[in-house]
Amino acid sequence: MYGYQGKVLRIDLSKGVSKVEDLNLEEAKKFIGGRGLGTKLFVDEVSPSVDALSPENKILFATGPLTGTPTPTGGRYMVVTKSPLTGTIASSNSGGYWGAELKFSGYDVIIVEGRSEKPVYVMIEDDQVEIRDAAHVWGKVVSETTETLLKEVPEKSRVLTIGPAGEKLSNMAAVMNDVSRAAGRSGVGAVMGSKNLKAITVRGTNKVAIANEEALKAVVKDCNAKIRENGVTGQGLPTYGTAVLVNIINEGGVFPTNNFQLSQFSEAEDTSGELLAEKYLTKKDPCYRCPIACGRYCKVDDIEGGGPEYETIWAFGGDCGVSDMPSIIKSNFWCNEYGLDTISTGATIAAAMELYQKGFIKDEDLDGLSLDFGDSDAVVEWTKRIGQRAGFGDKMAEGSYRLADSYGVPELSMSVKKQELPAYDPRAIQGQGLQYATSNRGGCHVRGYLISPEILGLPEKLDRFTIEGKAAWVKIFQDFTAFIDSSGLCLFTSFAMGAGDYAAMTNAVIGTEWTADDVLLAGERIWNLERVFNLDAGVDPSQDTLPKRLLEDPIAEGPSKGNVARLSELLPEYYELRGWSTDGIPTQERKGLLKI
Amino acid sequence: MEFKVRLFATLRKDRGREMMVELGEEWTARAVIDQLKIDEKDVAILMINGRDGLLDTKLIEGDIVSIFPPVGGG
Ligand code: SF4
Repeated sequence: MYGYQGKVLRIDLSKGVSKVEDLNLEEAKKFIGGRGLGTKLFVDEVSPSVDALSPENKILFATGPLTGTPTPTGGRYMVVTKSPLTGTIASSNSGGYWGAELKFSGYDVIIVEGRSEKPVYVMIEDDQVEIRDAAHVWGKVVSETTETLLKEVPEKSRVLTIGPAGEKLSNMAAVMNDVSRAAGRSGVGAVMGSKNLKAITVRGTNKVAIANEEALKAVVKDCNAKIRENGVTGQGLPTYGTAVLVNIINEGGVFPTNNFQLSQFSEAEDTSGELLAEKYLTKKDPCYRCPIACGRYCKVDDIEGGGPEYETIWAFGGDCGVSDMPSIIKSNFWCNEYGLDTISTGATIAAAMELYQKGFIKDEDLDGLSLDFGDSDAVVEWTKRIGQRAGFGDKMAEGSYRLADSYGVPELSMSVKKQELPAYDPRAIQGQGLQYATSNRGGCHVRGYLISPEILGLPEKLDRFTIEGKAAWVKIFQDFTAFIDSSGLCLFTSFAMGAGDYAAMTNAVIGTEWTADDVLLAGERIWNLERVFNLDAGVDPSQDTLPKRLLEDPIAEGPSKGNVARLSELLPEYYELRGWSTDGIPTQERKGLLKI
Repeated sequence: MEFKVRLFATLRKDRGREMMVELGEEWTARAVIDQLKIDEKDVAILMINGRDGLLDTKLIEGDIVSIFPPVGGG
C-alpha cells in the first residue's frame, strides 16, 4: 500500500474507547484523502439533519496521500464535520506540523464520535492511544495548553487543541495546532468543545510508503523548481507573506471597508504588508516541508506570535476602519490564544459596528466599551470578550448573521450561508462573487481563489468587471481546489503548479496513472458530494446568494465605482456547467457520471 | 507632463513609494518604468487609476500609475 497508511482510528468519547479500522482503499482513491475522503466517510455515517453540537455529530481529522511525503508543502490535514455556523459540511484546512505527524503515527484519518462526560484529551503515539483527563487544561488558552501537554506526552509530539472559544461553543471557534496554525473556519472548534475534547497530541514513527521513489524524486525536483521560479511563490509570498495583498487589493478598490460600506480604505498603507515586513516581522514561520514559507511571526510590545495573514489584517483593520498595525497584531494574537477564526471574528465586530452606527445596538448593551469604526483599542478588547463570551461578546460569538438577525436586519451581516465573507468586495470581481455564493461552506475565498486570474493575472489575466466565461473559471477553480485540499498539499502551490503536476505527484506516491483530467474529475466528484450533503441538510439553492448590499447597491466611489455583483446573470450558466437542474440540484445523471 | 506613480513591495527599494515622473513625448507606463529603471519582467500587475492597464496604454493628464511586482495570494 502506497501513499496511505491504510488505517482509520475511531475514538468513541461516550464509551471512552478507541479502535483501529482498515481504510477502504478503493474509496480512498476515489475521494483522494483530506477534504474528499473525510467528507465521504462523514456523509456515510452522519445524518445531514444532525445537530452540529450534539454527540451524534462526528468530527474527522483527515490527511491526504501526499501528507508526510517529500512533496512541497506535504503536511496538511483537514477537519471535517457539520458546521454549527453554516449548517453545511465544514472542512477546514491547516498546515504546521501536526498533520504530517498524524500520518507518521500510522493513521490516515481520525474519526471522533460521541461526547465525553468530562474534559479529555487524546494522546496518540503510534499504536498507543489514550483518552486522558484534561481538567487541568480546560479553560486555558492555546499556548498554555500546548506547553502543558507537551510536558506530559511523548517527546516530539505535536499538539492540536481548542481554546476557550471552542469550549464555550462559539460559532467562530477554530481548531488550532502547533500553537498558531488554524483550521479556522466554520466553527469546527465548537464541535470539539461540544464533545468535551480539548486536544489531540500525536507522535509517530511510521514512514509513508512511496510507490515510485525515483519518479517522485524527479517530480518533486521539477515542482520545487516551478515554485522557486514563479514570482508569487518564489518571491512575493516568501518576502512579504500574504499581507502584501493589502495594498494591491486596496489600490484596485476591492478592499471592503467599514463592513463593506466602502471598497477602498484611505489608510490601508498603514496596515500594509510592506510595513509589517519593515517594522514588526521577527521571523518566517513555514509549515512542514514548505519551500514557500509564507507564514509570519510578528512582535509588538510584549506580544509575539504567528501571523497576521492578509485576511486577518483586513478583518481587524479596514473592515473595522482600523489603521493601527499594532492593534491588528494584538487582535490576531488573541484569536490564536482563544482559538478564534480571525475572519469571522473581525467581520462580526465590523457588523456590530455598523449595527451600532445605525442605532440598532445601544450604548447600554456595551458595558462602556466603544463600537465606533476606527477604535483600534476597542477592537482588541472585543476580540478578547468574544473569546471569553463576556458581556456583549457572548452575543457576538454567535457570528454576524445571528447578531444582525436578532435586530431584524440580517442583511447587515456580510455573509453567505451565515459565514462571514473574506477580504474582497465581490462587486469589483465578478468571478469571485459567484464563487462566494456557491461555495459549499458559505462565505469563503479558498474554495476557489478567483483573485488569482481576476487580479493577480495567474494563470492568465481576466477582466475582473466582466462576467463572460467566469462561470467556467469558477467551476474549474472549485474542482481543482477540492483536489488539492484532498491531496495533503497547500493551496498556495497552485500559483506555480497545474493539474498535471498534482497528478504526477500523486501518481508517484500512490502508483496511480491519473491525468490532469482525472484530477479535475475527482475534484468535481468531491464538490458534488458536498453539495448533496448540504441540500439534504436543508441548505437549499436559495442560499446561493450574496448580501443584498452587494447585489443592489453599486460601489459608491473609488476605482470600482458603479458596480454591483451580477450574480443573477452568472448563476444559471454555472448550474448548467455543473450539470445541475436549473434550480441548482445535481441530477441523477451527473451523480451517476461522477459515481457518487 | 508629470504623472503620479505608486510603487509597491520590492519595487520600493531605492526608489521610494510615491513619486511624480516627468514624461516627454511618450505618455505610457512603459516610459514610466524605463525612467525608473524597472525591468519589464518585474511588472506583474499594472494599474492605471486602480483599473487594469497595459504598458502601452496611452496615459492622459492626471492618471495615476501603480506598479506591483509578483505578489502573493491570501
Ligand atoms: S505556503 Fe504558507 S500556508 Fe502554505 S504550507 Fe507554506 S508556509 Fe504553510
